[in-house]
Amino acid sequence: MSGITSYGVYVPAYRLDRGEIGASLGLPGLSGARAVAGHDEDSTTLAVEAARRALRRAPGFPAAELWFASTRPAYLERGNAAAIAMALGLPEELAAFDAGGAIRSGAGALRAGLRGDGAVVALADLRYGLPGSEDELLGGDAAAAFTMGDDPIAELLGGASRTMELLDRWRVPGAIRTRTWEERFGVEDYLEAVEAVTAAAAKEAGLEPDEIDHVVISGPHARAVREARRRFEPARLAAGLTADAGYAGAADFGVRLCAALDQAEPGQTILAVLAADGADAFVFRATPKLAAYRAAVPPEPRAVLPLRYAEYLTWRGLLDREPPRRPEAKAPAPPASWRNMRWKFSFTAAQCAACGTRNLPPRRVCLGCGAADRGEPVSLRDLLGTVATFTDDWLSESVQLPAKAVAVDFDGGGRFEFEMTDAPGREVAIGDRVEPVFRLAGVAANEIRNYIWKVRPHEEES
Amino acid sequence: MPAHALKNPVAVVGMSCTRFGELWDKDVDDLLVEATLGAVGSVPGLELGDVDAFWLGTMTSGVSGLTLTRPMNIADRPVTRVENMCATGSEAFRNACYAVSSGAYDTVMAVGGEKLKDFGFSGLEMPSVPGDGTPANLSAPAMYSMIVPSYARRYGISEEQVKEAMTHIAWRNHANGALNPRAQFRKSVPKQVIARAPAIAGRLSVFDSSGVADGAAAAVIVRAEDARKYTDRPLYVHALALSAGAATGRNDDRYDYSDLPEVVNSSRVAYEQAGITDPATQISLAEVHDCFTPTELVLMEELGFSARGRAWEDVLAGRYDLGGALPVNPDGGLKSFGHPVGASGLRMLFEMWLQFRGEAGERQVANPGFGLVQNQGGSPGALVSAVSIVSDRAP
Repeated sequence: MSGITSYGVYVPAYRLDRGEIGASLGLPGLSGARAVAGHDEDSTTLAVEAARRALRRAPGFPAAELWFASTRPAYLERGNAAAIAMALGLPEELAAFDAGGAIRSGAGALRAGLRGDGAVVALADLRYGLPGSEDELLGGDAAAAFTMGDDPIAELLGGASRTMELLDRWRVPGAIRTRTWEERFGVEDYLEAVEAVTAAAAKEAGLEPDEIDHVVISGPHARAVREARRRFEPARLAAGLTADAGYAGAADFGVRLCAALDQAEPGQTILAVLAADGADAFVFRATPKLAAYRAAVPPEPRAVLPLRYAEYLTWRGLLDREPPRRPEAKAPAPPASWRNMRWKFSFTAAQCAACGTRNLPPRRVCLGCGAADRGEPVSLRDLLGTVATFTDDWLSESVQLPAKAVAVDFDGGGRFEFEMTDAPGREVAIGDRVEPVFRLAGVAANEIRNYIWKVRPHEEES
Repeated sequence: MPAHALKNPVAVVGMSCTRFGELWDKDVDDLLVEATLGAVGSVPGLELGDVDAFWLGTMTSGVSGLTLTRPMNIADRPVTRVENMCATGSEAFRNACYAVSSGAYDTVMAVGGEKLKDFGFSGLEMPSVPGDGTPANLSAPAMYSMIVPSYARRYGISEEQVKEAMTHIAWRNHANGALNPRAQFRKSVPKQVIARAPAIAGRLSVFDSSGVADGAAAAVIVRAEDARKYTDRPLYVHALALSAGAATGRNDDRYDYSDLPEVVNSSRVAYEQAGITDPATQISLAEVHDCFTPTELVLMEELGFSARGRAWEDVLAGRYDLGGALPVNPDGGLKSFGHPVGASGLRMLFEMWLQFRGEAGERQVANPGFGLVQNQGGSPGALVSAVSIVSDRAP
């Protein structure tokens, strides 16, 4: 019996009020708020954050493969899955693949992972387009991740797919704007496809479609999805529609499946359908393990941060602003990043076997005792730290000013200086607790993305 | 750290310093020529051809000794370029002194200069080695502003009290600079204006930061026994010390950002060489590295001028003002004289040259005994500190 063994969702902290977009652009009747990835986040860092949550809830998970899907991959040609795997500290023997470009790759990555042996599946997307576009107004940035294998919390009972060559939306590589045909086009075809895969997947699961307890339907064609959902009773759809911070593209299907897993009782069944370029359906049954799994890890408390529309536009490159008069940020050198990958990406320090001092970054001669070549790798990814001193830097290269710079002492030893993220306007004090997060320091003029670890305020469990 | 007083003492017999500031009409060649010719010209009877060797200090304005030989048309002389961040000027001087003391040369020069205003922005562009991009990229004021919360917490005072002392330092160094015709900023600034200026990093505003300037300075050095052949008022060198820290503070959880141990170490060595046992009373005046006002505040303790945790009170009481017990930065300091990196250490020495010769005008300190120059580079936790002690009395 195999299926989903763990899952995690990451929704970035920033919320953009749709009413503010409306007020800026003269569009009446908008309400609610959408999730926005920070200036230092991209689909790679979102995926890392969701996968960290899934892996934290599956200690000792024997990862053998990683599947990553996004419509906004950070790089092309080179895979983003490699950076994600390194940031997660996964073993070198791993197979790591990008399933890139299309929204449907979210279902593809899930399908591949379910057929594998020890897969991590990470789906992440940033939704934006031209100001006032549906992608901007109704979208939301988010990531979902799963681990797949034996002894699951949700067993895969069946699945089915249909493929259609239907040009209802398209975007060329590098473009900001996603273009669509008129919204009435394709509705009937999607309804037919969803109905067909639902019937086929239910049949493989040995169920009637009406018997399925929870139904998740996701897809970029808003009108078709709305119509498809109308075919099911609201109670069966409710779990998959909770905590909606906008349509999350290639991650949306995963985010909603996780929401259903948060609600399903052991024994209950879940139908998850992604309607894009056809349709893909999966039927799961929650196993008795799900209740204990959910109880083991309480939901992470996360404060949300309000974001102004002008800042959102700036972060997504949609508002070209006068840069500060300062030298250009230096790009990291690929050979140096490669030599130091376990430090730079996995946040692995060296603990001196002679004196116990943690050296950040790892170095041959211990800064504590001077012993040479006695460092042993120690991961700091999941440790908390304490602010030793701090400042606000208005002259920083950071996108968000002032940059909050903090010197952090980690529990068990070791100091490094970081930019504190997700903390605009926050009053920092010596002694504040912080936690490491994988983010971007910046993007250099040669388009190298400088991935590093930062810290963010740690919200204490109450 | 074993470091001994020079067996063959040395003395400065000629000096010069250009005006510091935004010198749009001068390039680095102009600055080095002006300082070098000025120092040679300050020694009656000395010709450039009489100088046996040169040490050139510059951080960003050129590489190699050829940066000096080319504009000066100096041929066939040993010319060495030295660099040690913002302590570069003191390094040029220290190495030049050792060369004379060793007996290898009779007459040498230390020249320091920097052309910063051609970079197109304020602040320094540090030469950097390609890396993995993981070190946090803090601006210089940000790194030094981290002293403030650390110092406040360590001594149980408020950050506002620290800021009050910082404001006093900025106010006083501006007032001193107003008396100095070579200074970049020659204007007194009221404390209220300083205190209200918008922050650039932590509690620091531009008034807490050194001026970004172009400039150069130079010194002629000979053996002490020969000094009176050149001038009847030589400036004798009593101590030369340099401490380069391990630069691990920013990665070491035992390090407190209000500590500058490299300064403690370099001053201890210098005091021993000069036979100084109580710097707070034996030093008559000091030129110190006030790159940012919190730096000058903690330097008063690291140099032994104030008791631990008491510098902020001594500063506010006026102890380090021009009329105080131990005038600090009488020439206006980096704050208002400006900070052309390679020149600054020699600019500090130039104020000693004027003061001990009684040529400091309105800034003149009466009857100085020992003068101290402290010049540093880097940031808290990763510092080099140079300390020199001079006097008009031979060692």
